Amino acid sequence: MAWLLVFVETALFIALAPLFAGWVKWVKCWLQNRRPPSLLQPYRDLAKLFRKRPVIADQASWVFEAAPYIVFATAVFSAGIVPFVAAHMPTAKIADLIVLVGFFALGRFFLTLAGMDLGTAFGGMGSSREMMIASLAEPAMLMAIFTLAMSASTTNVSQAIDWVQQSGLVLRPSFAFALAGLIMVAVAETGRIPIDNPATHLELTMVHEAMVLEYSGKYLALMEWASQIKLMLYGVLIANIFFPWGIAHDFSPDTLGRGFVAIAAKLALLGAVLPTGETLFAKMRVFRYQEFLGFAYLLSLLGMLSHVILEVN
Amino acid sequence: MMFLSYVGLVAALLSGAISLVMITPERSKRLLIGLAERLTFQSAAEGLARQKDDRFHRSVEYAAFGLLGLSGIAVLASGLGALLSEQVVTDQLPFGLPWLAWHLRLDALSGLFLAVIGVAVIAVSLYGPGYVRKFRRSGHSFPVLGFCTGWFVAGMELVVLADDAFLFMIAWELMSVASYFLVAFHHEHAANRRASFLYLLMAVVGAIHLILAFGVVAAFAPNFTFEALRGTPLSPFWATIAFSLALVGFGMKAGLVPLHAWLPAAHPVAPSHISALMSGVMLKVAVYGFIRFVFDLLGDVHWGWGMSTLALGTGSAALGALYALQQNNLKRLLAYSSIENIGIIFMALGLSMIFSGNGHGDLGVIGFIAALYHVVNHAVFKSLLFLGTGTVLQQAHEDNLEHLGGLVKRLPRTSVIFLVGCVAISGLPPMNGFVSEWLTFQTALQVSAIDSGVVRSMIPVAAALLAFTGAVAAAAFVKVYGVGFLGQPRSRHAAHAREALHPGMLLGPAFLAMLCVVLGVFPTWVIEALDNVSEQLMAVKLPGASAHGWLWLTPVSRSVASYSGPLVFLAFALAGWVIYRLLLTSPDAVRARRGPRWDCGFGGLSPRMQYTSTAFSQPLRRVFHPVFELSERVDAEPRGHKLLTPAALDYQLEVSDRSWRHAYQPLAGWIEAAARQVGRIQTGNIRTYIAYSFFTLLLLLGVVS
Repeated sequence: MAWLLVFVETALFIALAPLFAGWVKWVKCWLQNRRPPSLLQPYRDLAKLFRKRPVIADQASWVFEAAPYIVFATAVFSAGIVPFVAAHMPTAKIADLIVLVGFFALGRFFLTLAGMDLGTAFGGMGSSREMMIASLAEPAMLMAIFTLAMSASTTNVSQAIDWVQQSGLVLRPSFAFALAGLIMVAVAETGRIPIDNPATHLELTMVHEAMVLEYSGKYLALMEWASQIKLMLYGVLIANIFFPWGIAHDFSPDTLGRGFVAIAAKLALLGAVLPTGETLFAKMRVFRYQEFLGFAYLLSLLGMLSHVILEVN
Repeated sequence: MMFLSYVGLVAALLSGAISLVMITPERSKRLLIGLAERLTFQSAAEGLARQKDDRFHRSVEYAAFGLLGLSGIAVLASGLGALLSEQVVTDQLPFGLPWLAWHLRLDALSGLFLAVIGVAVIAVSLYGPGYVRKFRRSGHSFPVLGFCTGWFVAGMELVVLADDAFLFMIAWELMSVASYFLVAFHHEHAANRRASFLYLLMAVVGAIHLILAFGVVAAFAPNFTFEALRGTPLSPFWATIAFSLALVGFGMKAGLVPLHAWLPAAHPVAPSHISALMSGVMLKVAVYGFIRFVFDLLGDVHWGWGMSTLALGTGSAALGALYALQQNNLKRLLAYSSIENIGIIFMALGLSMIFSGNGHGDLGVIGFIAALYHVVNHAVFKSLLFLGTGTVLQQAHEDNLEHLGGLVKRLPRTSVIFLVGCVAISGLPPMNGFVSEWLTFQTALQVSAIDSGVVRSMIPVAAALLAFTGAVAAAAFVKVYGVGFLGQPRSRHAAHAREALHPGMLLGPAFLAMLCVVLGVFPTWVIEALDNVSEQLMAVKLPGASAHGWLWLTPVSRSVASYSGPLVFLAFALAGWVIYRLLLTSPDAVRARRGPRWDCGFGGLSPRMQYTSTAFSQPLRRVFHPVFELSERVDAEPRGHKLLTPAALDYQLEVSDRSWRHAYQPLAGWIEAAARQVGRIQTGNIRTYIAYSFFTLLLLLGVVS
């Protein structure tokens, strides 16, 4: 029964990811006084791409064709692990936060390899920059996770959620810093402004788009869908770890329904905050990324230090 | 079990000896025929007599590598036996000094490292016959290679078995000297001679530190056996001195920054299968020595030692990864990556020492096991990557990434095996590298058990640097695979490379690749085995790493952290199957069309327009420019007007690590200056020397009386 629920929940997660992306886009358009596309537009795009006949470059190797599947699979596995509607799913034990970071890294490994497979300059450039961002973002992310894990003395997401809920609504300086750091990392890792611009097609400024430039048809659809799942994953992680209230702890339909409404509301709110930031800031030059991510690291470090200094009894 | 290790030792020595028949192939062949006739093996003698020179040559190579493989199998078996049975076997051999026979001991720790040596040696002996074939034509001497390989392996096996300081140092030097000749194998290039000399020099300096370290402990002990050293209580002062000497001595061999200068110079110039042994195994033998000395002989671990080990390890890991990313030579890159991995091992050891020294032996043991796990993992995937590089080097005649590319189509099987190694070394699930890094993170996370606030805030910083290291290492191996194996060939050689003909050259790496997967998917079994080592050495067992069955890895407890390697692997396998059945082989799957790449409408994309290896690492080079010694030069041939683009551009970039100019060169300068001062008393006149001896004797007599 619980395992069935895992599959339903994961399926729901990946089915709703395009909707979340659509919502972010919708709010962003609205903030910028543009007419937003329908909320369902990402679904139409995906459906269109799946129907289209893909073109694969003559020079492509098997890595190019396999990469979208691997990237998508890692995104789906991550979605299966992260508590979405309910905590303490059977899958929560399989992998903790560090394994989750490992899954992200695995997906990125193959994404960047795919970017380099055809030997075009764009792909290589995107891969190179993606690895730079990852190298700078990963220590910041780990530091934020560490702050959380040291407070809750666990790296298991469900256990951490329990701990946050038990300790009640208190303002912990360490958590405030870690949250700020993690949000900055999430912005960088999901390729949003000010690090990367998902809407751009100016080749010299793009990172993610440069890597997937050669993809088309179902391959592109898988890549796009995976990045939408990743965006929502970060949203769910932040929402459920730092504001876990409302998440279901047992699997009765009643609490599950309440959990779903809670996470939907939290995601809707986060999905409004993200485009607000994107509207307020401009994209950075590539060689200012280290300042942005260095700041994220500093914030997480401050969080960890304030945990060590202030909160240990 | 001891018998099996002797078989291994003798087989390795014989494998060295048998290569010597190739010094005078004609005479040895006649000798062998005579021997076979004398022993009435008529058919063998006739067979030998009929063999052509080339065939005879090949048989000798097969015999040498076969014996090496036998040695590998024997030590693997005896090592696993000792590791799993938890028995301690000791023995004495009537060699060595008159009052000190050779003491040998096989316990779980030696067993583990013997098994590691065995695995790598088996892979190398499968790989070797195909690889050394190329030296037959190039005029390199097989006797030197084979003899030194055999004795090098025997030396490493003996180091691990040694149970007294004398035998340990003899075996250690045997290992160092034999590997010196292997590094100097391609001695026709001056750079290689320089590298091998640097290696020998640093090996000697390291050995001096070790002799002093053993000397400090032995000064308080009745004799030189480890048994006696183990029982000797040392004052904290002398124990710290012994520890520091051992850290420098073993750290020099293991390649800790800043004692690493020889490593990136020496590993690339040895033949590839030797590089695999040196990087995969010899560095581990140094780790073995460190563990044996600190955890076993010194015993009472002080947490301050752990802090210095952690600091050195973290520095080595982060800098090793950054330097590795900047290399364009594949073997040099792998050598720097070894420094990084040794750094991770020492980080975990440092964490273990900090926890044990603070009285948390149950947490220290997690770090200890993480270190041992990473030892095994690194031995497996680094040997795999060096062997793969050897195949690339042999088939494409290039190990510079800037001249490679497109190998995934030219060497399809090698490139799949190599990809497994790349994923494993980047610490990605579900491969083995991930598990040991995960365990290291879990150790670091237990930091709240420690009282000191400084330590408690330093350890997470080190762990964040470990995350950084992992990400940079992944970048380095994306570069290796993306530039070297994917894309378009950048040189004629790379474009015409073909899969190696000898099956062993695929089998050896494939064996290691399989181990990468198995070690990653079944971590609980590996940890149960490694736990025997910690039980013998630290008298603590990991409480519940596998308390929830083989499916769940729970180093601390189930609520703190859990990882299920088998389930993650199962998920990937299932996903692969679904994708294969539903999307690739289903009849109504949308078939892809082949077309040209996107060239912005200009046409004529050439391989030279690809992102290069130098370009790939440029962003991180620029972000972390203070840690590199960069010299960049651009020569532009102008077209006559400053507004016109230059006719030709010549761009040269050299990246080296700073330690050479800022530590080694000043040190060498000081030593030279000091030597010049000392040289003043060297008059070259015999009378002066007699006077020196006379006054020294007087002085000594005065001291003694």
